[in-house]
Amino acid sequence: MAEVLVYVDHVDGAVRKPTLELLTLARRIGEPVAVALGSGAENTAAVLAEHGAVKVLTHDAAEYADYLVVPKVDALQAAYEAVSAGGSLAAVLVPSSAEGKEIAARLAIRIGSGIITDAVDLEAGDEGPVATQSAFAASFTTKSRVSKGTPVITVKPNSAAVQAAPAAGAVEALAVSFSEKATGTKVTARTPREATGRPELTEAAIVVSGGRGVNGAENFSVIENLADSLGAAVGASRAAVDAGWYPHSNQVGQTGKSVSPQLYIASGISGAIQHRAGMQTSKTIVAINKDAEAPIFDLVDYGVVGDLFEVVPQLTDEIKSRKG
Amino acid sequence: MSLRIVVTVKYVPDATGDRHFAEDLTVDRDDVDGLLSELDEYAVEQALQIADEADDAEITVLTVGPEDAKDALRKALSMGAHKAIHVEDDDLHGTDAIGTSLVLAKAIEKAGYDLVISGMASTDGTAGIVPALLAERLGVPQVTLLSEVSVEGGPTGTVKGRRDGDTASEQLEASLPAVVSVTDQSGEARYPSFKGIMAAKKKPVESWDLEDLEIEADEVGLEGSWTKVDTAAERPARTAGTIVKDEGEGGKQLAEFLAGQKFI
Ligand SMILES: Cc1cc2nc3c(=O)[nH]c(=O)nc-3n(C[C@H](O)[C@H](O)[C@H](O)COP(=O)(O)OP(=O)(O)OC[C@H]3O[C@@H](n4cnc5c(N)ncnc54)[C@H](O)[C@@H]3O)c2cc1C
Ligand SMILES: Cc1cc2nc3c(=O)[nH]c(=O)nc-3n(C[C@H](O)[C@H](O)[C@H](O)COP(=O)(O)OP(=O)(O)OC[C@H]3O[C@@H](n4cnc5c(N)ncnc54)[C@H](O)[C@@H]3O)c2cc1C
Repeated sequence: MAEVLVYVDHVDGAVRKPTLELLTLARRIGEPVAVALGSGAENTAAVLAEHGAVKVLTHDAAEYADYLVVPKVDALQAAYEAVSAGGSLAAVLVPSSAEGKEIAARLAIRIGSGIITDAVDLEAGDEGPVATQSAFAASFTTKSRVSKGTPVITVKPNSAAVQAAPAAGAVEALAVSFSEKATGTKVTARTPREATGRPELTEAAIVVSGGRGVNGAENFSVIENLADSLGAAVGASRAAVDAGWYPHSNQVGQTGKSVSPQLYIASGISGAIQHRAGMQTSKTIVAINKDAEAPIFDLVDYGVVGDLFEVVPQLTDEIKSRKG
Repeated sequence: MSLRIVVTVKYVPDATGDRHFAEDLTVDRDDVDGLLSELDEYAVEQALQIADEADDAEITVLTVGPEDAKDALRKALSMGAHKAIHVEDDDLHGTDAIGTSLVLAKAIEKAGYDLVISGMASTDGTAGIVPALLAERLGVPQVTLLSEVSVEGGPTGTVKGRRDGDTASEQLEASLPAVVSVTDQSGEARYPSFKGIMAAKKKPVESWDLEDLEIEADEVGLEGSWTKVDTAAERPARTAGTIVKDEGEGGKQLAEFLAGQKFI
């Protein structure tokens, strides 16, 4: 069976959920071989094996943290060469984070392959893997293939339900020699993002978002309280972010995060096309807005026309009492 | 020596219009107005600010696109860029990201550059990969997704910036020449002034075709693409949901709905 290279997104050995989704999708087209780089790479092996990795190629070096993107491209290329030399390689899959897409793009040029970004589904086809993409703010669905080289495909978070499928997950050290270009862009300082204790926005099953209607940073506690009652992540519209009420890392939309949760609750958000681009594929959509004409209501499964400062706290109380 | 900045700008269908695909599954450009990708306005803005800080700088805006893409160049020129290059060729229709990056890289090399500035992503394809592809092709550092950027020391100097990632915020630094991309957090783009609009009409716009760039027709276009779109289908409209007016019980009604859907 052909192998599928899966690039592992992890933080100090803790594998992020989109990678487990990738392993699930990879098994549809071949045998997953995972590539884990940087500090803690070896600690990823157990969970990767549990989810179907037949092999885990690992490598750690200071370069991964000290320089931008290129060292990881060099390593993924080394993995590509090692695996394709030994047999047939069906595809290279990379999580669709900003960095993941950049790594995938540069690898694609180096190995003479086409690239598909932001796939939301993947299946085996007669002429290689077929990727589903959402286009034009999710108003279209396309199916595409890579027609030259080994398909390089990046996949969005929440594109598949994670399934366990125990495999060997044998750890092998990957030999990497960095290119001259690897040290081109130096990371001179790094400030880790503060943990909020809430689920990661792109991975959360429920997202509760607030917009301009929230009318002030201090009022975002109304949104946060609802989120906490549901165990949800908090999102924000760009208007709320631009006003400085909530961090940019929580922005949902074209230039923020794109989310695809089971449930999305928008409060005080009008539903501009750029916001919709980031949340339109949510399974169930709920909105609270005092303007009955707001475009967000075109998308909803359930909408409440009303003042969010009345509706949201009542909802939160009701959820708490039901959960008892 | 003058700091040579090339800003890559894309001409895209208006996101607020009715965007769709043509029969050959490329973007239908006939039925919807085009414009300069809003995210590339931020790239033009940062180029203007970097030029202001430098002793001497020249900003060239570059687009690869059909005839109408000149509109995108005019807009960038009216914001204050100095000159423009339009790569236009019938054989470019349907080019994918790898092909686009080839054309852009050849044009950037031909134009001469110390710094390339791109947007974080186009507003139609939204892949966000062209800047990385350009850095790979040009063999220069990529300093991408910056929400803050500055250049010191002229054409042989350094570029510094801040990249706000998923798990951390990073300070980056590289020597020129380099490829930079900027986010919409980098600073509001200026509106063209009347004077700027008038001045833009007199600024030079060069047109290059594939031959000028020594690119063969089969390296680009639909045929030359390394990806193939098999189908494009409009997503079925969402079925009309329930909408209630809050008359004091809106939150409770919503809770009832969520409970029915097993979210509570
Ligand atoms: C290139 C580009 C990229 C962009 N990217 C993004 C992006 O990633 N994400 C994004 O969100 N936007 C993005 N935008 C901005 C987008 O166009 C909208 O401006 C933005 O989404 C509006 O945010 P909003 O819905 O919170 O505000 P508004 O459109 O002002 O809507 C506020 C809503 O709140 C309602 N409201 C007010 N008070 C109350 C109340 N007390 N109770 C209930 N409802 C109330 C109002 O009726 C209104 O509908 C982008 C724009 C551009 C040009
Ligand atoms: C819905 C859709 C899906 C697509 N999916 C794929 C895919 O999966 N794989 C693939 O290979 N191609 C794909 N394409 C084609 C691809 O979008 C174009 O080839 C495009 O020129 C490059 O990608 P992008 O628009 O996503 O640019 P991005 O990588 O998002 O653009 C980033 C920056 O690059 C610069 N730039 C991009 N294009 C140009 C240009 N023509 N002229 C000047 N500057 C430019 C701009 O500064 C822009 O801000 C898709 C196109 C569409 C419309």
